Amino acid sequence: MGAITLQNVRKSFGDVEVIPGVDLEINEGEFVVFVGPSGCGKSTLLRLIAGLEDVTSGRILIDGQDVTDAGPAKRGLAMVFQSYALYPHMSVRKNIAFPLKMAKMPEAEQKARVDRAAKILNLDSYLDRRPGQLSGGQRQRVAIGRAIVREPAAFLFDEPLSNLDAALRVNMRVEISDLHNKLKTTMIYVTHDQVEAMTMADKIVVLRAGRIEQVGSPLDLYNSPANRFVGGFIGSPNMNFIEGEAARRMGAHSIGVRPEHWRMSTTEGAFPGTVGVAEHLGSDTLLHVELDSGENVIARAEGEFPVHHGDKIWLTPQDGRVYKFREDGLAA
Amino acid sequence: MARAVSTQTKIGWTIAAWVVALLIFFPILYTVITSFKTEQEAIAGFDLIPSFTLQSYGEVQTQNDYIRPFTNSVIIAVGSTILALIVAIPAAWAMAFAPTKQTKNILMWMLSTKMMPAVAVLVPIYLIFLNTGLMDTRIGLVIILMLMNLPIVVWMLYTYFREIPGEILEAARMDGATLGQEIVHVLTPMAVPGIASTLLLNIILAWNEAFWTIQLTTTNAAPLSAFIASFSSPQGLFWAKLSAASTMAIAPILIMGWFSQKQLVRGLTFGAVK
Repeated sequence: MGAITLQNVRKSFGDVEVIPGVDLEINEGEFVVFVGPSGCGKSTLLRLIAGLEDVTSGRILIDGQDVTDAGPAKRGLAMVFQSYALYPHMSVRKNIAFPLKMAKMPEAEQKARVDRAAKILNLDSYLDRRPGQLSGGQRQRVAIGRAIVREPAAFLFDEPLSNLDAALRVNMRVEISDLHNKLKTTMIYVTHDQVEAMTMADKIVVLRAGRIEQVGSPLDLYNSPANRFVGGFIGSPNMNFIEGEAARRMGAHSIGVRPEHWRMSTTEGAFPGTVGVAEHLGSDTLLHVELDSGENVIARAEGEFPVHHGDKIWLTPQDGRVYKFREDGLAA
Repeated sequence: MARAVSTQTKIGWTIAAWVVALLIFFPILYTVITSFKTEQEAIAGFDLIPSFTLQSYGEVQTQNDYIRPFTNSVIIAVGSTILALIVAIPAAWAMAFAPTKQTKNILMWMLSTKMMPAVAVLVPIYLIFLNTGLMDTRIGLVIILMLMNLPIVVWMLYTYFREIPGEILEAARMDGATLGQEIVHVLTPMAVPGIASTLLLNIILAWNEAFWTIQLTTTNAAPLSAFIASFSSPQGLFWAKLSAASTMAIAPILIMGWFSQKQLVRGLTFGAVK
């Protein structure tokens, strides 16, 4: 249960083509993350899978069955929305039980399932409250509870953590990953946050302007980005790009070096520069460096690296950690 | 914005507001006062102190039974309102949550029908009523008043529905709700305050409707608005009796309006300030 196939799926709103044609295979039980900058079509793609939008052309298969023209209710998927989308006039218990009620499940079974979901999500003591009386994190858990009671073929998450504060976001991230380990159900998760993508996904789908740029495991994308866009998008802080003479010497139009892949020295190296801002975080040090050749790059050193604003510094890429890109952006 | 206002200014404005309110309310008040006068007092000239006789009320009741038009008014006002809501809720749903390029135009067109003088369509509607046997029936009035107020009901509901986040309805769809279940279990309960004020306002509009009720009824289906009118024409100068009839006709709706004024004000100003 829960294998999803997209075959040349296209979507236009009027004259605007949002998804110019996507082919994608999602295996049963996989945690797939759609990631990309805002407006890249990742949410639209999720809504097409959910059935909340009609495809313009192409086919969507769930477990081999063509559901392209089926309504959202018929697809057996559950969705968690960014705004939680809880029913404000119902108690938490009724919210979670709503899909079961719609499926006309016997009351006793409904209650058993709601109690089980509440236990998994630590919502036992809030079941009689209204959504308005809950905190953001609790509301998010109710939304997840409403999704899991149905035992859907797959879960769809539309930026579920973006309304939470940073600390809670980290917690919920772990909780959702944990839930996936327990349920082993297919999950499709949309986010613009590459950290969420890297930490949660079995498989990341990087999207730009409605096109899939690359599909792969987090480390695949980190280690061998297919193009400059993916290289720049995955990893934090972002990959540094250097063009011109230095790149040409290495036989590429541009080269990319991740901040954590610089060797730094105060005496010698390949790229001399001047420290702009130095962020000493204790665990590591982030240096914003203006190279003598004009580029601004970020370098990250583990632990403390004792330089300050205005100091001279030399950066050298670690061996085998230079990504080469052609003029069209593809990896060379 | 809070601004310092001197006590003097406040008193001044308060007095002015009371004066204006009294001026507006005075005709109604004088009608009520006149209803407690004898006919002689009523034509004698301006006098604010009646003799507090119930004579006119008694005569109104014996001459023309109050209970039947009252029942008719209730049935017509409530019936047309409920019917309008049943039609308007799905219509407003469609316009608020599944708009097309023409939605705005349709809404404007619906509203524009309210700008047409009712008398312009009197003849065709009169003939339709004659030929279909709807003349002087409650069901006929329920239908015509429902149609007359439908644009306003759709507009009000549309405004309320637009405040409801579409994602919640999408969540209901994902949870397996059919369109009907989505409207019944999710949209309607969430819009209860809006639906309630729409309902109240429409009952008042239907209750006060006089043009169609007078034109399309004779005796059987005549509501209170026609009941008042029946006292005005043939017996032109019996002011006390006419006042008594008017008081009896407006009292129920005034009382209802008084108790629901909070809802009504919220309804009429909804969306003005977010």
